Amino acid sequence: MTGQASGVASAGKSRRWGSLYVAEHKILAMRAYLQTLVVTIIGNPLLYLFGLGVGLARLINAPVGGATYLEFVAPALLASAAVTVSANEFSYPVIAGFKWNAVYFGMNAAPISPAQIAGGTVLAVLVRMVPTVGVYFVFMLVFGAVPSGVGALSILTAVLTGLSVGLVIMAAMSTVQEDRGQPALIQRFGIMPMFLFSGTFFPIDRLPIYLQWIGWISPLWHGTQLGRDLSYGQSEPAWLVVVHVVYLGAIALVGWKLTVRTFVRRLNK
Amino acid sequence: MPEAVITASILTKKYNDFAAVDSISFEVAPGESFGLLGPNGAGKSTTMRMVGAVSTRTSGTLRILGLDPDEHGPEIRSQLGVVPQTDNLDSELRVRDNLIVYGRYFGIPRRQVAKRADELLEFAQLGDRAKSRVDDLSGGMKRRLTIARALVNDPRILLLDEPTTGLDPQARHILWDRLFRLKEQGTTLVLTTHYMDEAEQLCDRLVVVDKGTIKAEGSPAALIRQYSTREVVELRFGSDRNVDVARQLVGVGDRIEVLPDRILIYSDNGEAELAAIIGRGLAPITTLVRRSSLEDVFLRLTGRSLIE
Repeated sequence: MTGQASGVASAGKSRRWGSLYVAEHKILAMRAYLQTLVVTIIGNPLLYLFGLGVGLARLINAPVGGATYLEFVAPALLASAAVTVSANEFSYPVIAGFKWNAVYFGMNAAPISPAQIAGGTVLAVLVRMVPTVGVYFVFMLVFGAVPSGVGALSILTAVLTGLSVGLVIMAAMSTVQEDRGQPALIQRFGIMPMFLFSGTFFPIDRLPIYLQWIGWISPLWHGTQLGRDLSYGQSEPAWLVVVHVVYLGAIALVGWKLTVRTFVRRLNK
Repeated sequence: MPEAVITASILTKKYNDFAAVDSISFEVAPGESFGLLGPNGAGKSTTMRMVGAVSTRTSGTLRILGLDPDEHGPEIRSQLGVVPQTDNLDSELRVRDNLIVYGRYFGIPRRQVAKRADELLEFAQLGDRAKSRVDDLSGGMKRRLTIARALVNDPRILLLDEPTTGLDPQARHILWDRLFRLKEQGTTLVLTTHYMDEAEQLCDRLVVVDKGTIKAEGSPAALIRQYSTREVVELRFGSDRNVDVARQLVGVGDRIEVLPDRILIYSDNGEAELAAIIGRGLAPITTLVRRSSLEDVFLRLTGRSLIE
């Protein structure tokens, strides 16, 4: 069954493709809850676009920021959909990887580095996030919520938003030694307030000035604004568009660096 | 001795001021079955993590298959099989898929790893459970699956950290049988255990580890010869009387150990010692004459029992 080196293993391949092997593993594991994923991917946009977009839009007839209410709210819901995937996939599964079934330690015992484990996990989440956002966008088209010809690019900005929030969550969850309800706390006191105060349902300049800062620091607000720029041509100065992109990229980068640092510390202690 | 596959010299691992592993040195030859025997917290698992190239040493030298794990971690790990103390199988995957995704980590092509997975499931006596959920397996089956997973890359060295802890006797014997087959095929085995019977069954040679240091080294038989007598008489007089009675046993046997629940008398002729004790008018509640084991070696070396 074993013996001297048979040459089946290749450390070179693992060094090059390790992240992809991790992603392959995580994607295969998604099969266990594939039905839930499909229902969520199709059900979420239907419910939100009907309930919030179409239902609420009938009450709010006045244009918001030069768009119909549905056009205004749809890019925010799109970015929120990406953030929701992040909040799910980067919280409990990361704690599980270290703690409950400790699969990260198994991967690390093979020729896979901590950074590759983190990278592969992120790739697998992207494999879930991109179709989620893509299907959401198709529903937006069907509901007539995307007047701009370059609206499809808002899929990319939504994914960047999801990644930005997700990598910060991943960095935080990778430090969790004991589950004391931290994912629920993040959901209630991180994701929900961000959803409410990021200009999702109304422009943040309608908020009292002392609450507007929540929007300014919220990746969701920056991502939502980018989505609006692309999907219905909301007019923002060019410098502000650059700020949105740089801010999201910077948050994602900091989250990634912290994540890798913690993964190395915990796996190679 | 052929060139060692593992060479550790003055190997030390410190966490702040605490030395989990304190200047240990040992070598493992190819095809050898080598054990680290010691109680929980002795530094066995820390040593295994360093040998497994996932934990950097604080000082000393370590070579695995001639390579330094600080620089060639992936190259070393690609030639190792690791069975961790706690199973870390992916419960979201079916039994066979656990082997396939793991094989991919070693860069093994899909078709090749699928064939390998089927062979390993047969070896682990899990051929009929290929599509089962991991959570539906018994503890012994999970352990065998973890061992099968560790063999997916056809490793040169198999590291087993407490391989049978928590298993019932039948499951342990099945596992020992599988490990013994690997040993017969020439696989180098390195295992940690706090079970002396496991060490005696599986190890050609072992080191007794306590508080991060090596207390003794040798084959199980040689260690028993050196640090114990051929036989041991175990006497129980009741936990409140053992100490008092021990005073009346002075001169009996080569050596006496008084444990909270029993008295151990070391001698090369246990039956003769027992007869002498009965002859003194002492009436133990239970008596047992047995062969010396590594447990006795450990007791002699550290003054403590292995399982406390």
